[in-house]
Amino acid sequence: MSDKPVNTNTSEAPENGEHQFAIDTQNLDLWYGTFQALFDVNLKIRQGMITSMIGPSGCGKSTYLRSVNRINERLGYVRINGNINVFGNNIYDPAVELVQIRKEIGMVFQRPNPLPASIRDNVLFGHRIHNKHMKTNKAEEEEIVENALRTVLLWDKVKDNLNRKATQLSLEEQQKLCIARLLPVKPKILLMDEPCSALDPKGTAAVEELIWELRGEYTILIVTHNMAQARRASEECIFMLMGKVMEHTATEDLFVTPAKKETADYIEGRFG
Amino acid sequence: MFEESALNARNKKIQLLWRTLFLVMTLLLILPVLVILGTLIAKGGSVISMEFLFTYPTDGMTAGGIFPALFGTVWLVSLALLISVPLGVAAAIYLSEYAGENWFSRLINLAIINLAGVPSIVHALFGVGAFVVFFGFGTSILAASLTLAIMTLPVVIVATKESLDAVPLAFREACWNMGATRWQTIRKVVLPNAISGILTGVILEVSRTTGETAPIMFTGAAFFLPFLPESVFDQTMAMSLHLFVVATQVPGVPDALPYGVALVLVSMVLIMNSISIGFRVYLRGQKKW
Ligand SMILES: Nc1ncnc2c1ncn2[C@@H]1O[C@H](COP(=O)(O)OP(=O)(O)OP(=O)(O)O)[C@@H](O)[C@H]1O
Ligand SMILES: [Mg+2]
Repeated sequence: MSDKPVNTNTSEAPENGEHQFAIDTQNLDLWYGTFQALFDVNLKIRQGMITSMIGPSGCGKSTYLRSVNRINERLGYVRINGNINVFGNNIYDPAVELVQIRKEIGMVFQRPNPLPASIRDNVLFGHRIHNKHMKTNKAEEEEIVENALRTVLLWDKVKDNLNRKATQLSLEEQQKLCIARLLPVKPKILLMDEPCSALDPKGTAAVEELIWELRGEYTILIVTHNMAQARRASEECIFMLMGKVMEHTATEDLFVTPAKKETADYIEGRFG
Repeated sequence: MFEESALNARNKKIQLLWRTLFLVMTLLLILPVLVILGTLIAKGGSVISMEFLFTYPTDGMTAGGIFPALFGTVWLVSLALLISVPLGVAAAIYLSEYAGENWFSRLINLAIINLAGVPSIVHALFGVGAFVVFFGFGTSILAASLTLAIMTLPVVIVATKESLDAVPLAFREACWNMGATRWQTIRKVVLPNAISGILTGVILEVSRTTGETAPIMFTGAAFFLPFLPESVFDQTMAMSLHLFVVATQVPGVPDALPYGVALVLVSMVLIMNSISIGFRVYLRGQKKW
């Protein structure tokens, strides 16, 4: 079996203009100090779709996600080779402004991390830091809060006490809020690193439903350990193994007719 | 099947023994505090009055009140904190929010720890050399406050750093990932959540500074002044030095007077510590994460 990743999706003709791919990763290598965590990753993530990423623990899923919004560099010892083009712009270009990247690319973490402030302030946080000089008035802010909370299906539950501390919400509600607070700055890409793994089955189902609702408007890349989740809640799926992309194709194909033996072994639970 | 076995009984006895031992140790710890307070109140309580607090010493400091000393201490401590708190907080913010783990920040941390360990008499000599002589402030409130400020600086830095580090990293990450700059993160999230700890540290520092004698003795505090200081370039009386003077340097002082001065000094410290503790409890109840 060849070592080349199977990339059945790249051969199709472009359908909707030049930025058919939201994230175009070219030959990405990444080292933590001397330890290489990513090997020659080539990934084209389609715009407006939900792409899931699966693979055994330690295979580099989080590492890849964290390179896409450049938070890995906070660790001084991270070194990167290759490019990541987001809507055609290389985000590792020295001229790129980090704040703009973060604005375009929102991230949701495994542990919900709402700020220790009111629900309202959480939703408005991003909006406020990016709109210093464009004075927004109260009514406008209320509208932003309502829209964001409606989108994440949280509005009806919290509309009567928006001043409540966000940290007192249930984990499911916190995670929804963490998604909601990304929306007012209008990101185009949402990265989610195991967003449901701290939630119970009911919460997982609720957040999954929400993520499904968001597709189309946002390009979503979601890491998960839950195979069933990947299968039912994503359109394309990436399988990674030991820092390499093994397979990237339509989710249904990956689960029904995996092209590689490793993929088949993994989805059938033979290792991982 | 659930009866106590011999081993259970033995373990329980041992645990009781240790528990009692720890309790005794704890009580021993409180004892000196109670004895000191008790003695002060018994021997000096009689001289405390509004008049004592708000009049000048008379008859060669063998009678009268302590107003200039009280006034001077408030001056010295306020000015010292006015200098050391902004400096210390700024340094702590730099060290825990901006500086990475490198030889430079390690060196500074080491310097701070060492500065905290310098005896106060050494600070006093430094104050004389630097502020009184070199900068030419003379023996003055300014020189004394600066000396106190240098002395309190490391403690302010350490207390602030600890409160900043207690704010979970997840909050900062949340902000950075929304595109907030370091400063926006610090101002909107880190500081509001650390402020209680910082203030507690500062108030505790106030109480410690209040009692210091050595650093002000050669730099700005006077034995006796029949008038209040008018500017920071004047000398002033101070509570701690006044206590030292009436207790050891002046003949013919009635027994109760030094105890009275000591009682006022200790009360100032205790009141400020209580405020600090109350504050901490209040703010801890406020925040939940
Ligand atoms: N900050 C770091 N410093 C050094 N090595 C790291 C760091 N973060 C991750 N690694 C290493 O890089 C490799 C990939 O880690 P990564 O967190 O990306 O895996 P993952 O696929 O997200 O795993 P999981 O499913 O457990 O979240 C692992 O071997 C890990 O030990
Ligand atoms: Mg991970």
